[in-house]
Amino acid sequence: MPTPDAPAKIPVTVLTGYLGAGKTTLLNRILSEPHGKKFAVIVNEFGEIGIDNELIVNADEEVFEMNNGCICCTVRGDLVRIIDGLMRRKGKFDAIIVETTGLADPAPVAQTFFMDEQVGAKTKLDAVVTVADAKWLKERLKDAPEVKNQIAFADVILINKTDLVSPAELNEIEARIRAINPYARLHRTERAKIDIAEVLGRNAFDLDRILDIEPAFLEADEHGHDHDHGHDHHHGDGHNDVHVHHGLKHYHDEDMQSVALRSDKPLNPDKFFPWVQDLVATDGPSILRCKGILNFKDDPERFVFQGVHMILDGDHQRAWGKDEQRLSRLVFIGRNLPEEKIRTGFESCIA
Amino acid sequence: MSDTTTPLPSLADRVRPIAAGGGIVGVHFLGRTPVFVLGEEHLLFASEQGEQRIIVHGGAILASASDGIRILTGGDDGTLVATDIRGEHAILATDDKRRWIDQVALGPDGALAWSAGKTAHVLTKKGEQRSFEAPSTVAGLAFAPKGFRLGIAHYNGATLWFPNASAKPETLEWKGSHLSAAFSPDGKFLVTAMQEPMLHGWRLPEGQHMRMSGYSARVRSLGWTADGDFLATSGSEQLILWPFDGKDGPMGRQPKIMARSKARVVVVACHPHQPVVAVGYADGRVLIVRIDDGALIEVKAAGAAPVSALGWDAKGQTLAFGTEAGEAGALSI
Repeated sequence: MPTPDAPAKIPVTVLTGYLGAGKTTLLNRILSEPHGKKFAVIVNEFGEIGIDNELIVNADEEVFEMNNGCICCTVRGDLVRIIDGLMRRKGKFDAIIVETTGLADPAPVAQTFFMDEQVGAKTKLDAVVTVADAKWLKERLKDAPEVKNQIAFADVILINKTDLVSPAELNEIEARIRAINPYARLHRTERAKIDIAEVLGRNAFDLDRILDIEPAFLEADEHGHDHDHGHDHHHGDGHNDVHVHHGLKHYHDEDMQSVALRSDKPLNPDKFFPWVQDLVATDGPSILRCKGILNFKDDPERFVFQGVHMILDGDHQRAWGKDEQRLSRLVFIGRNLPEEKIRTGFESCIA
Repeated sequence: MSDTTTPLPSLADRVRPIAAGGGIVGVHFLGRTPVFVLGEEHLLFASEQGEQRIIVHGGAILASASDGIRILTGGDDGTLVATDIRGEHAILATDDKRRWIDQVALGPDGALAWSAGKTAHVLTKKGEQRSFEAPSTVAGLAFAPKGFRLGIAHYNGATLWFPNASAKPETLEWKGSHLSAAFSPDGKFLVTAMQEPMLHGWRLPEGQHMRMSGYSARVRSLGWTADGDFLATSGSEQLILWPFDGKDGPMGRQPKIMARSKARVVVVACHPHQPVVAVGYADGRVLIVRIDDGALIEVKAAGAAPVSALGWDAKGQTLAFGTEAGEAGALSI
């Protein structure tokens, strides 16, 4: 018999990565592990390697502009339809995995979960997982703008095919990735071999973990495999293009960067919302992702939000803990971000 | 304006309850028997004499339509199935790549249509099959009430396709993603529901545009009243009725608003003869609304899950309803 309780939202993992990076290898690894979970898998029509799964849907990636005059406001029309169809079989799967084509921009996929009310009501984006080819990533960052987007968008990044490069090259690649996206969790893999718990059920929008990361500190992390340290170092912001921390190169990507903001002073919601809405309205095309946990004045609850380009989605999450430091933390990842404007604007929201 | 917050006269105790045992995605009448379309595999024939379950698909049922004689269903197994009142069913078509058949429609003269991906097909009563390649995935299919003509909703507009004529399909352009299609009973208007919470309409044949907006959610259910005077729609915390009684349709006019509620209207079903609309809400409530005076009658109280199916029999004597959680019932008036 059906239960009267509202069912939990089905988590969705999005797999991105350039052609040949190892997405399908990772997908098959996930599906073949003895985890006892059932997945509905949405693959793109160009997938060349066979996938063994009961519930598999071929998607024709259709990116549709929303009719609101905003060119960066796009959704995956096929996903809207497929998820609606899949939900008729709820109970037959525990999670959904979406594999995108190598040339796909992850933004329309992510935006689908915020823009379509029905999709957002039944499912939630768990994480964007990007597979990067250790040997070719550097070249692709130069000639394929999609790759930079996929790195910038990721919550989890697998640097795959590590056996094809030297340790020095690997460090270099990691530094390049960090320059674009300091917040993603990085893993080094061969043949996409990884504990699937590192990829699925990430609840990547558990923003605490992401926002605890001090981007400037990461470059000192020799291996980049564990970022759950509780350090609270503050490095200066005066980076040059390349400099050296603890023996590891630190790059600044020429057009993609992140801006991290924090304040222990409460924010005024009547100032913050107009500011952030205006910011994404004017600079949305260059902001790929933003996320934040906010401490509003006289508000006992944490407010969490995230956004893709011009779309913002946020809600009260839970009460602040008794011993929890009430800290507002935000990050913006994007192209040619107006950092000073963002910082000044944020400062003006302090109550 | 009618108000749903005060206690309403209720016919809930006269409802014949039906346990569907699975999420319901549609309901149609074959003769006097309500037939529920389940999300997976089954049709449930729920006559007063007893219930009968029939497996018609090997997976999810994605779309259904009926002309009162048969029920046409499309499934994620790539098949198109027709089922008659005796429960006899046959596969009428199989997609050659086993893609989802997620749009189906029945025509006034026994023709039927379906689509998988970008390809729409029709099968005439004589058994002739024709196909049309839309510019993007077919998201809505509807037969015009007269003439052998189909409205096809897709990205950036809709297409009028005349399968029997050599005439080129006619494109009606409007930017954005159009997700369903419906003709007015006089065939003079084609309306689509969009990805955005709005409707778009074209007055035919000249294609004059009309936009109907103000919704709080995507419009997933719509239908014309029997006299064609109103287009009843879901997508708001009230029943929205767009006036189509003049030659310009709703252009420059305000919709009639009824049955306001805290919960959103998710399904509407117009009575086949009277200016009466059955309205299903996201909180599981079902009401019958009389358009003339706004009178409301409760058929089902709010419950566990959103209403997902509503349908009248051809005479308009019985209303059947179903919810996403499989609660179902039939009320004879």
